[in-house]
Amino acid sequence: MNQTNKSNTLSPNNWVDAYADYLFNYAVARVNDSNIAKDLVQETFFAGLKSAKNFQGKSTERTWLVSILKRKVIDHYRKINSNKGQAEVRMNFYENGENEGDWIEERVPQSWDNEIDKNIENIELKSQLDSCIDKLPEKYAMVFRMKTIQEFETEEICKELNITPSNLWVIIHRARTQLRSCMEKNWFNK
Amino acid sequence: MFKKFKLTCNEATTICDKAQYGEASFYEKIQLNWHLIICKICAMYTKQNSKMSDIFKMKAANCKSEKKCLSNQDKDILKEQLHQLE
Repeated sequence: MNQTNKSNTLSPNNWVDAYADYLFNYAVARVNDSNIAKDLVQETFFAGLKSAKNFQGKSTERTWLVSILKRKVIDHYRKINSNKGQAEVRMNFYENGENEGDWIEERVPQSWDNEIDKNIENIELKSQLDSCIDKLPEKYAMVFRMKTIQEFETEEICKELNITPSNLWVIIHRARTQLRSCMEKNWFNK
Repeated sequence: MFKKFKLTCNEATTICDKAQYGEASFYEKIQLNWHLIICKICAMYTKQNSKMSDIFKMKAANCKSEKKCLSNQDKDILKEQLHQLE
């Protein structure tokens, strides 16, 4: 216990009590899945223990653990980026040909029921939104959530996930158009 | 000279999405508005998009008030695992 005050030593015995919740929240805000977040926290502690001898006390213990977790988050993002999801995207616009960039006819927005305004506080609406977000490819859901629900700065997301701002806007655009049509089908025009 | 202003619907709606976060540039907004004059579909998208943003903001407010914690059971397992590795 008395080691905690020494700036250049780590106290792994206290890690779980002192940092588990903080790291878990940090991870959940990014991956939005408590099981994945739990795994990331676990891996962070393991990696921390393994490289404990490299800790030089230049930062606090917590900052040091967060920097390990950051790398775990980016590894996770790379994994979901390469895994799957590329094919699951439902395109809303023609990708090539003479109509490139135009709306695909059957995906054109439909006008919405005027009743929506009074329904906006509805609980069911929120669960419908959740299920639409869950239908997005994982990578899109992750970037969309970080930007829109967790309200991170564009710059921060780009830095953390190592993507460019134009990458980010393409992902946000695809996520939002897909969410729009999902909500249209299941909520606004029900 | 208007050629430079011309956007496809895909580009226009991308700017529209960016604008929802207040991050579209002045020039992009001019391009977008020019497109909206001639394209009814994207004009409707724009209108619906701000409704979507309202819903997202509500969701964001909900999420912010939640604090997530690991269960004591999970913590005990973690402690045990760390202890074994030490």
